[in-house]
Amino acid sequence: MEYGLDLEYSFNEFLKGFGLSSEIAHIIWLPLPMLLVLVAAVVGVLVTVWLERKISAAAQQRIGPEYAGALGVLQPIADGLKLLVKEDIIPAKADGILFTAGPILVLVPVILSWLIVPFGQNLLISNVGIGIFLWIALSSIQPIGLLMSGYASNNKYSLLGGLRAAAQSISYEIPLALSVLAIVLMTNSLSTVDIVNQQSGAGILSWNIWRQPVGFIVFWICALAECERLPFDLPEAEEELVAGYQTEYAGMKFALFYLGSYINLILSALLVSILYLGGWGFPIPVELIAKFLNLPINAPFIQVFTASIGIVMTVLKAYLLVFIAILLRWTTPRVRIDQLLDLGWKFLLPISLANLLITAGLKLAFPQFFGG
Amino acid sequence: MSIAITTQFICFTVLSLVVIIGALGVVLLESIVYSAFLLGGVFMSVAGLYLLLNASFVAAAQVLVYVGAVNVLIIFAIMLVNKKEDLKPINDIKSRRVISTSICLTLLSLLIRVDLTNVWSLSTPQNSIGEESTIRIGEHLFSDYLLPFEVASVLLLMAMIGAIVLARRDVMSKDISTGLPVDQELIEKSSEPLLTNKN
Repeated sequence: MEYGLDLEYSFNEFLKGFGLSSEIAHIIWLPLPMLLVLVAAVVGVLVTVWLERKISAAAQQRIGPEYAGALGVLQPIADGLKLLVKEDIIPAKADGILFTAGPILVLVPVILSWLIVPFGQNLLISNVGIGIFLWIALSSIQPIGLLMSGYASNNKYSLLGGLRAAAQSISYEIPLALSVLAIVLMTNSLSTVDIVNQQSGAGILSWNIWRQPVGFIVFWICALAECERLPFDLPEAEEELVAGYQTEYAGMKFALFYLGSYINLILSALLVSILYLGGWGFPIPVELIAKFLNLPINAPFIQVFTASIGIVMTVLKAYLLVFIAILLRWTTPRVRIDQLLDLGWKFLLPISLANLLITAGLKLAFPQFFGG
Repeated sequence: MSIAITTQFICFTVLSLVVIIGALGVVLLESIVYSAFLLGGVFMSVAGLYLLLNASFVAAAQVLVYVGAVNVLIIFAIMLVNKKEDLKPINDIKSRRVISTSICLTLLSLLIRVDLTNVWSLSTPQNSIGEESTIRIGEHLFSDYLLPFEVASVLLLMAMIGAIVLARRDVMSKDISTGLPVDQELIEKSSEPLLTNKN
């Protein structure tokens, strides 16, 4: 299935037209998708912050931001500017090096994970073979950054918050990885592009959510816990720990945490849509529509059109999930730490293990439905 | 030299330097917390070296297991028992340092000798299998390396049971290190003690 836009190839051919060697063309190409994804992630955060403010306002029968731009759309930019110009404070008795390195270690793995998020057949930075496993590995670095900032703040609330964050992240990584494993079992590949292509047969009917309903729910709960969203925001539970590991942070360092948690939320939503909701696939396969309308699928115009539909579908699905996450945040109470660990180890872990076993059995019994 | 080879060379140099300096820091730094964090950096750089060797699956597994699990647990343990106390001065510290340095240097010379005497070039040029390595590793784990794989899981199970026994203070009435009766009030207990009041 080699179709779809290949921007890299076209760009390199374009540069070679000017007489550049293919290596130079590749080097000029390399930063472009990275920059694009970084900008996309930051814009996604701005949109999510605005949504969070507006939806929480609606949930509490307030109006929310209103004056900064139409409907307050410029409010997140104002927030960002405020954090940008704030004084950068390092507490006198804090450990300066670790205090600075902590937020960076939290943000960098999250942004690196965007490497594997596909918006179309060739619309991703790199189709690495280990794909989704890379994301699981990278997301395991984050707790080190949280522990580091919690320790370096020299504050008992920060330390407790950091310890809680690490404990939570370790416990929810296992059911998360097990539910991903069930998908990988059905796809026979770790690559995110293959995972989406495997769901593209019959439109909405072939999405993984129908074959992996338990896995979908387990993955979503674990993703929320990994993002430290309410009901799982124990590391920064304000009634108990002031603000957890971020207590001592201000200005841009705090903004890094803030960005990290929102980018992580969008990333998780994107990955849920890729793993379970057909990724860039339209509910009715685009090829079927093109055939119905007698349009050639490989014509440049149709290619651009299907690629845009793919991007719109991926983002739409992801933001639907972000909307659910925001609603959950403003309607559910926080769990206690023992409830959190009980849920992770005694409920989600056995369920995801059973899900993996049943998937393996179903794959042997019905190879045509569960991937041969 | 082409651009690709230059990039590879620069990456290799930087990663090796980080591994060596980081590993020295882990051993020589006074602060145990810095050592633990530096250890994470060393593990990451080793993963980078695997990446340079086209072993992306091994690199990701290295990050997941060593950085994500081992190193996090080490830091976790250090912070849980984060006592602000100075270590006791050791009397014969100098002779100890001399002995440990000489042992390390002996090991190093052994390694250097192996490096110099071994023939590293492969007799037949082999193409890197790249992305296919994930499948090959899986095949090996479930065929000729099945026994070590399963034995390792038994080892982990034993360690886990041991940790649970140590963590549940109602199992033992005496503290292992001090021999004093355990303060049972500090930790949440189950309502029924397991072994202490059997009769």
